Amino acid sequence: MAEHIIESIYRFLPEIALVVTLVAAIVADLVLRERNRHVAWVVLAGLAVTAILLVGQRGWNVSIFSDTLAVDPFAVFFKAVLLVAGLFIVLFSMKSRELEHNSTRIGEYYMLITGVIFGMFLMVGATNLLLMYLAFELTSISSYVLAGFTKTLRRSAEASMKYIIFGAVSSGFLIYGISLLVGVTGAVDIYGVRNALQAGVEQTAALYVGVIMIIVGFSYKITAVPFHFWAPDVYQGAPVTITTFLATASKVAGFAMMIRFFRISFMDSGVLAAPGFEGVVAVVPWHLILAVLAAVTMLAANLMALWQENIKRLLAYSSIAHAGFILMGLALVTDEGISAMMIYLAIYLFMNMGAFYVVMLVANKLDTEDVAGYQGLGHRSPFLGVAMAIFLVALAGFPPTAGFIAKVYIFGATISAGMIWLVALAGLATVISLFYYIRVVRNMFLVEPAETDGPVRYDVSSLAILVLLLVPVLLLGVYFSPIVAWAKHAVTMFGM
Amino acid sequence: MEFQIFGIGILTWIVFLPIVGMLIVLLIPGDNKNAIRWTAAGATGLQLLLAVILLGIFDRTALGINDPGSFQFVEQFQWIVVEAVPWVGKIEILYFLGIDGLSVLMVLLTALISVIGVISSWSIQKMVKGYFALYLLLVTGMMGVFVALDFFLFFIFWEVMLLPMYFLIGIWGGPRREYAAIKFFIYTFVGGVLMLLVMLGLYFSVAYTNGAGEQVHTFNLLHMMNSANFVEGSIFYGVDTTWRYIAWVALFISFAIKVPLFPFHTWLPDAHVEAPTPISVILAGVLLKLGTYGMLRIMYPILPDGTVYFMYLMAALGMISIIYGALCAMAQDDFKKLIAYSSISHMGIVMLGMASLTNQGTVGAVLQMFNHGTITAMLFLIVGVLYDRTHKRGLYDFGGIANQMPKYTGIAMVAMFAALGLPGLSGFVSELFSFLGAFDSFRVITIISVTGIIFTAAYILWTIQRVFLGELSDEHKTLTDLTGRELLMFVPLLIIVILLGVYPGPAIELMNASLSHLVEFVNMAGR
Repeated sequence: MAEHIIESIYRFLPEIALVVTLVAAIVADLVLRERNRHVAWVVLAGLAVTAILLVGQRGWNVSIFSDTLAVDPFAVFFKAVLLVAGLFIVLFSMKSRELEHNSTRIGEYYMLITGVIFGMFLMVGATNLLLMYLAFELTSISSYVLAGFTKTLRRSAEASMKYIIFGAVSSGFLIYGISLLVGVTGAVDIYGVRNALQAGVEQTAALYVGVIMIIVGFSYKITAVPFHFWAPDVYQGAPVTITTFLATASKVAGFAMMIRFFRISFMDSGVLAAPGFEGVVAVVPWHLILAVLAAVTMLAANLMALWQENIKRLLAYSSIAHAGFILMGLALVTDEGISAMMIYLAIYLFMNMGAFYVVMLVANKLDTEDVAGYQGLGHRSPFLGVAMAIFLVALAGFPPTAGFIAKVYIFGATISAGMIWLVALAGLATVISLFYYIRVVRNMFLVEPAETDGPVRYDVSSLAILVLLLVPVLLLGVYFSPIVAWAKHAVTMFGM
Repeated sequence: MEFQIFGIGILTWIVFLPIVGMLIVLLIPGDNKNAIRWTAAGATGLQLLLAVILLGIFDRTALGINDPGSFQFVEQFQWIVVEAVPWVGKIEILYFLGIDGLSVLMVLLTALISVIGVISSWSIQKMVKGYFALYLLLVTGMMGVFVALDFFLFFIFWEVMLLPMYFLIGIWGGPRREYAAIKFFIYTFVGGVLMLLVMLGLYFSVAYTNGAGEQVHTFNLLHMMNSANFVEGSIFYGVDTTWRYIAWVALFISFAIKVPLFPFHTWLPDAHVEAPTPISVILAGVLLKLGTYGMLRIMYPILPDGTVYFMYLMAALGMISIIYGALCAMAQDDFKKLIAYSSISHMGIVMLGMASLTNQGTVGAVLQMFNHGTITAMLFLIVGVLYDRTHKRGLYDFGGIANQMPKYTGIAMVAMFAALGLPGLSGFVSELFSFLGAFDSFRVITIISVTGIIFTAAYILWTIQRVFLGELSDEHKTLTDLTGRELLMFVPLLIIVILLGVYPGPAIELMNASLSHLVEFVNMAGR
């Protein structure tokens, strides 16, 4: 037993590094002068150490702490994605004027970010239903605080309040669903659920309700329509850095947990082939529920985005729509679909962060978050305009950007699984999405700036961060085999 | 056949020279306008030089189309490879370029029109750097489509053209440029999404067995043309299935939007009227041909059953485009809009010739693609010359130009008579071939279509009368004749139009082998 714990701790090093970082951030906040900068550097260093430890986890495929947490290629893939997101968010935060002006306790801010990343690391690895719930709550509660961090701003406080209320409801659904599932199957981890499903379940009604509730709980996290109501308000109200974090990392972690839950229990070949198959899919057609959810999400969100005048709100709806595209992959009940989701999520991270980063830079300089405020930006700051245009066309799915590759794989998997109606709707949604992305591009380039608007300039470090985000968006558009191979490998090693 | 410069194949050079030019343009300071213009001229000029060399050493007897061995200047590398995992086979995407009789003239046309477009762009003053950077990117996209033999690569080049075109119309266009640009963008984007879905469906349906005995899914167009490669039970497996017809219709719409064929044509008049002259030239000269080229390169050989099944539909839409385009042209009082509608009419002839699935009709269609490219480019340049001088395009605004600008009028007459289909000029030969071929397959449709020629004659003669003949108004007495730069862009086109009118033999020889093979293949596989 002791050996097992020691072995487990060794496998748990990246997470431990995060906890150490968190503590270090608190200490640094107490003792260091000029704490704003320094705490950020401490956190950056901690994340870098975590990254190094994470590299050491390549190829591992074990279950630790008495089968509550998996350290497999799937988890490592997502931890890497989340860590990249975390690093960029810290970099963004160091550049944010909004945070600088409206908050006094910036040390706590970085500490909370570390805490959220820790929670997300647990989310992507958790195989125990209770740990899943705890990890879910850890990220949620820290996120509530972060969303309201610029508490002197009315909109930020409002965002935090809304987020708490909706978040609590979603947690309620999730824990209720988990309780029902535990009651029906008698297992507290997803392997046990799988075994129970293989053997066949008698209380199908309870199972049905449980699964639906779990889907609803997840749907809040990944902002699937109609459980997205909180997202536009929270995204608009929270500081841009936190909006970015919620729209990317938080969603990635939610999807990772959802994939693991369904892949291990409901998608297991034994479950699908066993006589229990009728007990699960015929009684609970969860994949069809997800397919409909995905279709509604991408169509509704893209339509709603058309009328947005605030760029953060517009990107919020865009990110909801992307959740719909990504969710298609899980509805296919194929490994191909899951690997396509992983590719999409990794690429989505870069392009969405890029777009939000430009929004932040523009807000820093021009103090505007309105789409109208982008008029003539391409003329006033060509590099920023071109970068934003690239991120937006990537989000729209244009080649030769990475966004195109993401769409190719998710559409391809859907066609391969034979869900032609779904992919046809996805195509329609893509066309709709073009309108609002191109509206921003149009404002930046086709509208000329007013006479009084001079050029807008940025310091080198801001532009360097922008380049760091541009490179993957363009490079993964023309050379994407590494990420595809990684995602496929991770899915193949799942639960072995 | 191979031809390399510094170890890199000639087609790669031809496709990516403009990109090199674009990068140089981006490095030049924006106020050094002449350096930017000369860089663009240099890049496209070199491209034209290579295209001419290509034409010189092109082997006219090689078949191409679906025969991998007889493509020329082939460059084939594995671009993206993902090794097989238990639940999905090996994946490969190729960097696969090559030309045959179908594409060789299009490559030449693209290179030629690109150079002429640069010369015509000399008068652009607004944001010269951005303009030429986008222009060169556009040229790469167009050229890439004509030489790509991998569907994925084809699609990327196809979509790469969209954004530059959007900006070129939207920033440098006329008063309603925003509307025109977004309309163009959305139409083509819809087509692109349809093509993407069909492309993915084909990809999952097609697998070949490689040397190591692995099943490999591929975007290679030549593998898709081989019906033996379709995996049993896959969505596009079989002949004359519903899914294959759906795929055909989706592909057809995506290409027909580009042609543009009635009823997908409404973006064209707006785009043409608002676009600056050089962009109109590119649009009419090259972009429209991408649609018909795509049909011949992809839709015909990969879905021959659908092509045969729907040939009357294609012919009927071609007929409507011919008549409707000509009638609309007659009703215009804007010179540019008139030419835009005449383009729809003339591309209808291409469609009709292609739809016939006869050797003559297809040769006529591809030759008409080339001829329409040169003739319409001239017509748009002619409008541009007048517009540069007077900032007017109304047909009733002019009159009596003939005496004031004799050189200009002479060139305009040749171009307009070529568009009218006067024997001895290039338009006549290709229209005749298209109609002859079509007559074999569909009598009634062809007979109705030929009446379009009468309307064409009417609007062209009427235009000549309104613009060039009659009284010269006082305000136009100061108009100057063509400058040296303007002559430079007209003369090469003029020579081609006259030469191909008198002696079209060499051009037909270039494509005859490939096209007769294509027609034979489609007829055999589709019936």
